[in-house]
Amino acid sequence: MSLLQVESLSKKFDGLNAVDDLSFDIQPGAVHSIIGPNGAGKTTLLNLLTGIYRPSGGRIVFGEYDLTGRAPYEYAGHGIARTFQNLQVFFNMSALENVMVGRYLHERCGLASALLRGPRLARAEKVCRDEAAELMRYVGLRSYLSVAADAMPYGALKRLEIARALATKPKLMLLDEPAAGLNPTEALELDDLIGRLSERGVTVVLVEHNMRLVMGVSNHILVLDYGRKLAEGSAAAIRNDPKVIEAYLGSAVAHEDPVGGPSASAVAVAGEARR
Amino acid sequence: MPPHLASARTGGMAALATVIALLPLALSNNYFYDIAILVGLNAIVCVGLNLLIGYAGQISLGHAGFFGLGAYGSAILASRYGWPPLAAMLTTTLAVAVLAFLVGRPILRLKGHYLAMATLGLGVIIFMVITTEDKFTGGPDGIAVAPFSVGGLVLQGERIWYWLVGALLLVAVWLALNLIESPMGRALRALHSSEVGAEVVGINAADHKVMVFVISAVFASVAGSLAAHYSGFVTPGKVTFLHSIELVTMVVFGGMASTFGAVVGAAVLTTLPQLLTVFKDYEMMVFGAVMMGTMIFLPRGVVPSLARLFQPRRQEASGKEGGA
Amino acid sequence: MPKQYSAPGSQGKGERDMSAQFMQYLLTGLTVGAIYALVALGFSIIFNASHVINFAQGEFVMIGGMVTMSLAGTGLPYLLAIPLAVVAAALVGLALEKFAVEPARGASVVTLIIITIGASIFLRGLAMLVWDKKLHALKPFTGDTPIAVAGATILPQSLWVLGVTLVIVLALTWFFSRTLFGKAILATSHNRLAAELVGINVRMVLFFSFGLSAALGAIAGILIAPITLTSYDVGVMLGLKGFAAAILGGLGSGIGAVIGGLALGVAEIMSAGYLSSAYKDAIAFVIMLAVLFFMPSGLFGKRGGERI
Repeated sequence: MSLLQVESLSKKFDGLNAVDDLSFDIQPGAVHSIIGPNGAGKTTLLNLLTGIYRPSGGRIVFGEYDLTGRAPYEYAGHGIARTFQNLQVFFNMSALENVMVGRYLHERCGLASALLRGPRLARAEKVCRDEAAELMRYVGLRSYLSVAADAMPYGALKRLEIARALATKPKLMLLDEPAAGLNPTEALELDDLIGRLSERGVTVVLVEHNMRLVMGVSNHILVLDYGRKLAEGSAAAIRNDPKVIEAYLGSAVAHEDPVGGPSASAVAVAGEARR
Repeated sequence: MPPHLASARTGGMAALATVIALLPLALSNNYFYDIAILVGLNAIVCVGLNLLIGYAGQISLGHAGFFGLGAYGSAILASRYGWPPLAAMLTTTLAVAVLAFLVGRPILRLKGHYLAMATLGLGVIIFMVITTEDKFTGGPDGIAVAPFSVGGLVLQGERIWYWLVGALLLVAVWLALNLIESPMGRALRALHSSEVGAEVVGINAADHKVMVFVISAVFASVAGSLAAHYSGFVTPGKVTFLHSIELVTMVVFGGMASTFGAVVGAAVLTTLPQLLTVFKDYEMMVFGAVMMGTMIFLPRGVVPSLARLFQPRRQEASGKEGGA
Repeated sequence: MPKQYSAPGSQGKGERDMSAQFMQYLLTGLTVGAIYALVALGFSIIFNASHVINFAQGEFVMIGGMVTMSLAGTGLPYLLAIPLAVVAAALVGLALEKFAVEPARGASVVTLIIITIGASIFLRGLAMLVWDKKLHALKPFTGDTPIAVAGATILPQSLWVLGVTLVIVLALTWFFSRTLFGKAILATSHNRLAAELVGINVRMVLFFSFGLSAALGAIAGILIAPITLTSYDVGVMLGLKGFAAAILGGLGSGIGAVIGGLALGVAEIMSAGYLSSAYKDAIAFVIMLAVLFFMPSGLFGKRGGERI
């Protein structure tokens, strides 16, 4: 059974279809990428899949639950976590506390125990702190354990969001352009991290422009254009799909310096060019 | 982080307790006791209000309304209907909590200026109800309030009240510090910084905002009840829009998102008008100028600005330690 | 505000009286509403230019009335006293921007709110020193013989209020749609960065908007003073109600401010006349809360869809 089923999902903004009658399935336990030119509706789709936007039509079914129209915190409660392209880090806290917030769902306490801080809460807080620190090490933020979030560099903040999302113990993790703004070394480290996430049993959905990353880690790729599904399949299949090449090269030629090259790598080249 | 947090917590609590314990040495007469009690009561309101404004990032320009409801609720139940003061206070507090819960949801959907205006409107409406319903409230003239008593023990006199208010302030600060360091408190701080970020890790932002709104209203209401019993009289003067502003100014002056800052803010801005009476007619002008001046030159507030002076070295040290 | 507004209660005297009474309430409501509209316009202009809600807006109203009263008291004719008072208020507005708002640019909403409230307390304290705590009367511009209109009566001063408000609304419409500077203000309110990029002096726009909005407030204060009296603290309630009007019309919308002000004035007088006058001052705030709860963008405001 598929983990996530999207059925004729639509989102209109002032009459404009950002996502238009889109259907696809996400199978558990793999890395899925969503690619497409700028404005193809990728971020809108992620916002729909986390309840931030309410769809204009269609259904979102996660496991056996229909989550259509639910609030973001309910999506999180069912096991969907995400990161943001434009960071949503809690800059008024330490890095560690950011990850501790991610454990919110697993460390619920009543108002009375929060106000009185009983011994049980104190113990739970210690566990929470330790697990958050463990997650920070896991994503490679060992050296930022006691640093304030607003003192961290950009690349570290992107990892911090991944650690925070992991802390919710998600079944499905949506990464919105995790490589954007990273230097090549950091981007390479990301390949490894995404691979480890997948091994951990988390299904990963990756929205990304970095084609090297996408082609390297994805088991399955969904290509969007103008809010619609353009193509779907394995990395190899997508790489050679004439529709995809045209969409990418067409828009790349229109917006960027024309980049020539054999069609086999055109997608990758165009993807790199727009970074 | 844990050790220095613990020191801010226990160290701060200990410092506050010491100040409260030693202050009477400097209070040479009842007038000074009176001011100290006013400081304590305002500080209780500000500690609650700071949870809302400083930590959760939701402004309220109407908290004098909750203070007033607490004061008048206690006054009316205890004096007009002869309820035992403690029962009157608890009932009033519960009623205020219910009211805050009911209006909290629609109000806290608003943000920024709109939230400010809605809370302002709420406060003004409460003020108008209190001044208009003179059958119960005595209108603009106010009403007398029976002294506070618990099981036949009557609490009267500045000294008794000083210790009562001092103890309650410590309790209020302790509760606030506990809350902030709990998962709930982290959720509040998180939604202050990024509501979307908080929601996607499973935090119901609306519920948390309403909860902290209710808590802050309860703090204000309890302080209002106590103030009414202490002074033996309530008038609408403490329910005005201006008083709401004074409360917010205390919080911001002391330093947002700093519980001890809220206490310091309350202490400074409660005693300031007493000092300003020297200036007589200039009092209002000076108060306005102080409000503007601190906001322009110390927008982070006094306590965090001072704390910053001592911070850089510590952060560097802990950074190294984390890297090891 | 004093009770001059409530029309003589004449109940059960037939339909003609009913409609006359309605007419009376309507005229009185529109007069008060016009003042709210002017104050609301002042709020909107500053909010548009700077995204600051200027809680000292009501003090401009007070300054207008009080300065005119003082100058007229020295024997100066209205023709001189009024422009001077408007200029005085505008200067205060400019000073407020220069010395209190400009230094705090980029501060949080709470900080800016406290600054402008501090300014209003400061100005009120100053007014108390310069003048006193008493109520002051201002002579109507052109006599006080009521004029009969459709069975109701209207004071000549009310006609002044309505007429001047109309002229101001037309002038502002012209200013914002036809003049370069007006368009620059609109551009700044729309997108500050873009305005800066096309060479608009944004700081100048902010500065000017405070002056303009102070002048509008002062005119409102001068117009209404002969009807309601004026004093050092007359600005508090007028400012807050003007704000409620701006919310009702939709914060930042010019036409909204005008319609919101008039509607609020009429609603206030009608409910005081037909329901109960005890809560007359509360009506504005009840309406404001209802608008904020159910249609926060007001009657004419832009709907703010928050995108992530």
